[in-house]
Amino acid sequence: MKRAENYVMMEFLSRSSNEGFARIVAAGFAAQLDPTLDELGDIKTAVSEAVTNAIVHAYPNELGKIVLKLKILEGSVLEITVRDWGKGIEDVTKAREPLFTTGGEERSGMGFTIMESFMDRVNVKSAAQKGTSVVMRKRIAPRISGKR
Amino acid sequence: MEVKAKCQARELTLYLTGELDHHGAKGLIRQVEQEIEVALPIKTILDFSGVTFMDSSGIAVVMRTKMRMREIGGSIAVRTVPTQPRKVFDAAGIDRLVTME
Repeated sequence: MKRAENYVMMEFLSRSSNEGFARIVAAGFAAQLDPTLDELGDIKTAVSEAVTNAIVHAYPNELGKIVLKLKILEGSVLEITVRDWGKGIEDVTKAREPLFTTGGEERSGMGFTIMESFMDRVNVKSAAQKGTSVVMRKRIAPRISGKR
Repeated sequence: MEVKAKCQARELTLYLTGELDHHGAKGLIRQVEQEIEVALPIKTILDFSGVTFMDSSGIAVVMRTKMRMREIGGSIAVRTVPTQPRKVFDAAGIDRLVTME
């Protein structure tokens, strides 16, 4: 287990209006690793997908608690955890497949595919009626003399 | 999310502005469908030049628009996509399904 050099934790209600806020918090925290604009975009997109999943799928008929935890680990690694206490994912392997969705017309089933292609690692732990935890890691390579 | 429509010679261009996420996607789909209803175009172009952020909700919007255009016998194209939304489209392989101009 890598030691956290810094972290923040934020709890919020599963309202879709919080999606944009969660993205900005993640981008703001990640800024201390001096990421490129491209990397910041990746981080914001991955957070948006994970938080949207919690809002849409964990609490489909109610409002519930979501926790976003951001950590900086040794070696310039950003770790993002999105945790909910909702209904859980029945079949995680299936949920991670491209185009699989149980959401509405405004969902594409590409959420996990996007998270996986924008982050180095994505782990999903879920239990029925207990909730889901998505842990993502991305290394932000240090820039030398302002260039990479 | 704001939508501005311009229709010329039955070619409908929809200029999208702002952040495209799940929060605004449903409303955006409604707006796009409404504009298509009014214009009944042969071709609909979604212009992304004003999109400052997009997640997979943008893919759903494009796929819904494609479906609607197919229903009325028209086509769809996606135009001027900035870097961040482009990466999302690329990860989903959307260029195999929709013309990127």
